[in-house]
Amino acid sequence: MITGAGGRAWSVRPAGDRAVLLETGDPATSVAVSEAIQLAGSTEIEDLVPAAATVLVRVVKGTDLTEFGRRLLDLAGSAGSADGDTAAHDELVIPVTYDGPDLADVADATGLTRAQVIAAHTGTTWRAAFVGFAPGFAYLVGGEERLTVPRRSQSRPRVPAGSVALAGTYSAVYPRESPGGWQLIGSTDASLWDETADPPAAIQPGRWVRFVATGLAGAA
Amino acid sequence: MTLTVLRPGPLALLQDAGRRGHAADGVGRSGAADRTAHARANLLVGNAPGAVAIEVTLGGLAVRAERELTVAITGAPAPADIDGEPAEHDTALPLVAGQTLRLRTPKVGLRSYLAVAGGIAVAPVLGSASTDSLSKLGPAPLAKGDELPIGAPTPVTCRPALSDPTPLGEPVTTLRVMFGPRDDWFTDPAALTTGEWQVSPQSNRVGVRLDRADPDQPALRRRRNEEIPSEGMVLGAIQVPPSGQPVLFLADHPLTGGYPVVAVVLDDDIDRAAQMRPGQRLRFVAAN
Repeated sequence: MITGAGGRAWSVRPAGDRAVLLETGDPATSVAVSEAIQLAGSTEIEDLVPAAATVLVRVVKGTDLTEFGRRLLDLAGSAGSADGDTAAHDELVIPVTYDGPDLADVADATGLTRAQVIAAHTGTTWRAAFVGFAPGFAYLVGGEERLTVPRRSQSRPRVPAGSVALAGTYSAVYPRESPGGWQLIGSTDASLWDETADPPAAIQPGRWVRFVATGLAGAA
Repeated sequence: MTLTVLRPGPLALLQDAGRRGHAADGVGRSGAADRTAHARANLLVGNAPGAVAIEVTLGGLAVRAERELTVAITGAPAPADIDGEPAEHDTALPLVAGQTLRLRTPKVGLRSYLAVAGGIAVAPVLGSASTDSLSKLGPAPLAKGDELPIGAPTPVTCRPALSDPTPLGEPVTTLRVMFGPRDDWFTDPAALTTGEWQVSPQSNRVGVRLDRADPDQPALRRRRNEEIPSEGMVLGAIQVPPSGQPVLFLADHPLTGGYPVVAVVLDDDIDRAAQMRPGQRLRFVAAN
């Protein structure tokens, strides 16, 4: 382990002969570190996968991983955490009809009324920490702590595209129809995946997102 | 002008070198499972190594040339014939209009590659015509009656050297691994490199599932049973779910996962991993 500039402990773990796994500790730091790595523009980097507490960095063949890992630690140390990020940013506004089949269960699990669940979900600005699970599926962080809910005990074989969901401390919108075990609290008509667009995923890591309630369903 | 699919066999997919740089979209690389064999088939017919070709799993494919074409078959040596006349493996084969090329089941190896001079000219999705079986991106698996458009062959000025074919048919495949990133999640990570494993029939392009052929050999037991917060997965990662049955990730692996990765197969050994058939025995050796 090497201590970075912010007095923070970082470490790099081996991930085969073509990648290293940088431990960041939390999703917000993964985003900040990924942005710093991208800005540095190292030619040997093939792909970056930020995630909940790590950033996976895949490199081109022939890269000296020990030396690369040292440079990565320097970069990470200078990037610091995203906590101090107060720069102006564009928000993607997603209109939601809060009519999800699990809205009542989420209210029960959190001890809130349905209206309070909606108010909490629309009350904060979320940020995409990372993508995964399926194309365009972004894990959003920054929600209120009281919205933390477990996954459903049984996952659904088919979750419709546009379903707005909660699991753990995350929120997400299913960009395409897929199986899924998250709690569905609403739905949106917003298109979040278009394979002919560049980029195809509307929500990329680092993107700020705000949900607004539309319609009357679940408003009471 | 086309190549017509008369019979797809168990599974025939279009594959190129895959999608690069779409991790931020939640999209993995996909592409040919045995990259060496795929590139070799293309080079034999004068294509760029990453051109679109057919990945044929366990043979069974039959195609008819609708014009004069040059093709090559590499990878798993599926016995082939052109209108009943035996056709050679691993070499350029001329076809005239109306001739049918048939592949039977290979005796060793799993995936054969059929390249056509000019490449298969289908529209790419996110920069690649590869079928990603996990993300459901790219063309559908080939089906009877499909007519595949073929591009114009490009004159080759400088022919790149062919890399050696992927070795096949060893009684026990040996794959080199680097331990980590989560070997510390296991009571005895060295169990991976002890004794032999066997390829389960539940294997596909996402990953090779591994069983113990001999139940007396040590299991990979986890020290910690919780899920890891989702983290990036690499090609060749050996992920171990709570059941202890490891999965070795191939081309269509998920971008992130919540089970610990005990070790990762070296990049140069991935092609051999992609040619292992159900029942194949293998062992892992530590490279670090």
